[in-house]
Amino acid sequence: MTQPFRIKGAGTLPHTRTIQFTFDGQSYEGYEGDTLASALLANGVHLMGRSFKYHRPRGVVAAGPEEPNALVGITRDRARHTPNVRASVQELYDGLNATSQNRFPTLNFDIGALNSLMSPFFPAGFYYKTFKWPAKAWDALYEPFIRRAAGLGEAPTESDPDRYVNRFAHCDVLIIGGGAAGLAAAQAAAEKSQSVILCDENPAMGGWLLADSDIQIDGQTGAQWAANMAAELATRDNVRLLTRTTGFGYFQHNMVGLVERITDHQARPEPSQPRERMWQVRAKQVVIAQGSIERAMVFPGNDRPGIVLAGAAQKWLNQYGVSVGSRIGVYTACDTAYAAAFDLHEAGIGIEVIVDYRKVVDETILAQAREHKIEVVLGATVAQTTGRLRINGMQVKTATGEQKEFDIDALLMSAGWTPSLHLYSQSRGKPVWDEASQRFLPGESPQDCICVGGCTGTDSMEQVLAEAERALGNKPRKFDIEDDVSTDGGIIGATGNSTEKGKAFVDFQNDVTAKDIALAVREGMHSIEHVKRYTTNGMATDQGKLSNMHGLAIAANLLKKPIPEVGLTTFRPPYTPTTFGSFVGHTRGPLFDPERKTPIHDWAVENGADFEPVSLWQRAWYFPRAGETMHEAVDRECRTTREIAGIFDASTLGKIEVTGPDAAAFMNIMYTNSWDKLKAGRAKYGIMCREDGFIYDDGVVGKLSDTRFHVTTTTGGAPRVLNHMEDYLQTEFPEMKVWLTSTSEQWATIAVQGPKAREIIEPLVTGADISAENFPHMSVVECKVCGVPARLFRISFTGELGFEINVPADYGRSIWDAVWRRAQPLGACAYGTEAMHVMRAEKGYIIVGQDTDGTVTPHDAGLSWAIAKSKPDFVGKRGMMRPDLVREGRRQLVGLKTSDPGKVLEEGAQIVEDPEQPVPMKMLGFVTSSYWSGTLGKSIALALIEDGSLRLGETLYVPMADEIIEVEVTGTVFYDEKGERLHG
Amino acid sequence: MLLIHCPYCEADHPELEFANAGEAHIVRPREMSNMSDEDFEAMFFIRDNPKGVSLERWRHVHGCGRFFNALRHTVSDTFLKVYKAGEARPSNDEIAKLIK
Repeated sequence: MTQPFRIKGAGTLPHTRTIQFTFDGQSYEGYEGDTLASALLANGVHLMGRSFKYHRPRGVVAAGPEEPNALVGITRDRARHTPNVRASVQELYDGLNATSQNRFPTLNFDIGALNSLMSPFFPAGFYYKTFKWPAKAWDALYEPFIRRAAGLGEAPTESDPDRYVNRFAHCDVLIIGGGAAGLAAAQAAAEKSQSVILCDENPAMGGWLLADSDIQIDGQTGAQWAANMAAELATRDNVRLLTRTTGFGYFQHNMVGLVERITDHQARPEPSQPRERMWQVRAKQVVIAQGSIERAMVFPGNDRPGIVLAGAAQKWLNQYGVSVGSRIGVYTACDTAYAAAFDLHEAGIGIEVIVDYRKVVDETILAQAREHKIEVVLGATVAQTTGRLRINGMQVKTATGEQKEFDIDALLMSAGWTPSLHLYSQSRGKPVWDEASQRFLPGESPQDCICVGGCTGTDSMEQVLAEAERALGNKPRKFDIEDDVSTDGGIIGATGNSTEKGKAFVDFQNDVTAKDIALAVREGMHSIEHVKRYTTNGMATDQGKLSNMHGLAIAANLLKKPIPEVGLTTFRPPYTPTTFGSFVGHTRGPLFDPERKTPIHDWAVENGADFEPVSLWQRAWYFPRAGETMHEAVDRECRTTREIAGIFDASTLGKIEVTGPDAAAFMNIMYTNSWDKLKAGRAKYGIMCREDGFIYDDGVVGKLSDTRFHVTTTTGGAPRVLNHMEDYLQTEFPEMKVWLTSTSEQWATIAVQGPKAREIIEPLVTGADISAENFPHMSVVECKVCGVPARLFRISFTGELGFEINVPADYGRSIWDAVWRRAQPLGACAYGTEAMHVMRAEKGYIIVGQDTDGTVTPHDAGLSWAIAKSKPDFVGKRGMMRPDLVREGRRQLVGLKTSDPGKVLEEGAQIVEDPEQPVPMKMLGFVTSSYWSGTLGKSIALALIEDGSLRLGETLYVPMADEIIEVEVTGTVFYDEKGERLHG
Repeated sequence: MLLIHCPYCEADHPELEFANAGEAHIVRPREMSNMSDEDFEAMFFIRDNPKGVSLERWRHVHGCGRFFNALRHTVSDTFLKVYKAGEARPSNDEIAKLIK
């Protein structure tokens, strides 16, 4: 027989379409509109998962997003597997394939359940107690054990093929939650012509109204009223209704994050649709109508499959037409469970007993129970339950101490309802303790938001609707409401003596019992934040939606403190688990970051370059010829450049144009060098420091006129250098007449380096004399190259005779081609960034960020000559005078020569004086740059070493994993120390 | 995400367009060379971290590019006031009034 627990005549599902699905390989049937949980329950399946720590058999407890137990994996294909899906909210579709988690080999028989027998050894805080010693056991025992036990569910093995999108939206009123309060608020706002967004996490608006079979509003059932309200709102142009959409986070200035699930309920996801859409909504006003969440009762054995929240059972019956059992018991401290019991009873289901923790219950309710011929035991507790994979009985202790046993196959429980303060609290509103109702309620939020309905603790439907209207500034109108259910009663904390005996679960998913919380308190955890972390209460994927209040009450009770003094843990986004995909959206793969390419990029591609990313730029790394390794290519590029010439795409250099009458004065402030005496047409290597005296950036600066400087920066440094300059110009020296312009992408820069560099470019240049006499090293001239306006520098980052041609970027490729046509027949080559690095290191030219690390002064880097000491002020001048920056023993930049010339050091390797000293050794410094120099036929390296400049000639050691490398401290210039080639 | 009013653009823009630039109204003396170590430490290293009103600098970096000052309440993230660089620091009385 299929679906034996589907009750004829109950529920609102049309039963028109049967849906096939599988759970752990077994086929089942459900109906369109079912959740996975309701369909499994219709088939009599309660056991849906195993708990995290003890692997206890668990059934579904809740019918909403708060479900802690029934977490399953949903698989569409190898790449589309979603772990930890709550069966209570997963909509059923044809062919849905769900598997249980945290069990081996099967859900019915799970070896991990041995943990439960071992539970005396896994008390609260056992991680902190157990894994402390001996240290050796970490690698062999503890870490493998923890790794195997950690994690819930399995991640998919392939990357996510689905699409996720992102959308910004603005509205007058955003309403979160489409229950009675949310619908009424939406209508009130819509009628005032405000733009409205109303979202609800469920497939349909209505909230609890869909589960309440008693209530009548204006002569309609709750479900009808909700459907009509939603239909009416949908016709309005100023209202956007979003179903299957969770408001997961409330951020600053009324920005709320919503995630809309678009295809997760479809048997065949519509290919034109994204899987999820992230909405970032900025609202003038936010109305939070999150409702409330029912609490479980805390008593020994409260976690067996078949024990469910009373409200959930009621929803499964009245919405899905499913009964959770056939011989049902009830354990409650709240009136609402009676309504659930009566509904089930009226549907023909046997209610064996209602055990009420309270001694006094409203007489009208007791009278109704008598009419239903249901036994009620007041002032009683459930002392224990039985049944391995499903509850089959319970022991009740009556007010007089008498023991009674009941044969049952399901147990409804209700400890009352907790107003959902998640989003209110995320808006930075403080929850306020209401002593009378023993609940935290929303107070006033610092943002423009208001809570209405169940989440404010408002219980009666009449008041809920009135509150929603008032929130929008309306006078409440009159609704005709009948048969509203009483929500009186409730308890927070454990019942009976379950803080001392038995396993009374507070947090189902993380297996935290009332006893664990008592233990944490005994062991000195007196703040709820400590109790939470020590026991892991509320730290599972459900974030304590059922457990937080109970944990707090148990701790407060043992501490004999009022609840507000023990404190409430902080609510943080997301409200429910949210996919990474929804946050990532389109920004993945090639769209993760923009990729910057120079105008000459395509030439490099055509000529077989390998590329390396440098900040966002793609730079040609080296140009291998057929059969060449990288090493061979770099050697050849260096050799050719030094013997003939090389051309290099330096377009990525940052460039800033500094202009204005005070340009030189401003440069004097920003750079350590003096710019007063520099003549127009000359260039200078400049160092920029931060106020603390450390090197921030460097680059060659050309002075084009008294009012115009062409500043270059490191490739990655241009934006921060410009920001640094703007900061000083705008806020410290606003009186200076200077204008700063980023020109990095305006100029393409082609470096031509090597003995034949002049021969290559001379015929292309007009309007300038670039002879050695008239255009010496460190010159700049505005001229034309191939008829194109150009800024031509004579500079060198290789140590050879060199030029850098700057032309407007659009001409970059054609000028490069022209230069290449001249260079190639002479035997010159194009070289990439690796050869550039080798050649600059051979000359001891530093790279900021590689040979410096933000704690290196110009003095440390051997650049004292670039500091104009006579200047009254520059950024970093005072910082450089700090005691720590002038003391002896600072790390200074030096060269290293390995005793074995063939040995190339590892960058970052540490350097010591005596390799025989005991560990930990004293580190003198580390290698910053290291290369094989083909030109010199040996390895070269730069390093930062304590008192390096005093150690020239000293032998030091680089201890590596498998050897100790002997090095000699040298100067930083390895090639052409006199600079003769440079000036050629 | 904050919504920030740029006093130069005279419009509200999302935080994405801005960069925070640290504490406001820290005076960099023109004669820095003569500063004592203690004064330099106070000027360069020591920063307020108030629970309450923070006087801070922002730059509308992906907009007009201007630096400006703001009073932001660190508990609620409410901007009590934004004003142009160079304008005087609001008095404590004024700040107290803005909080109310």
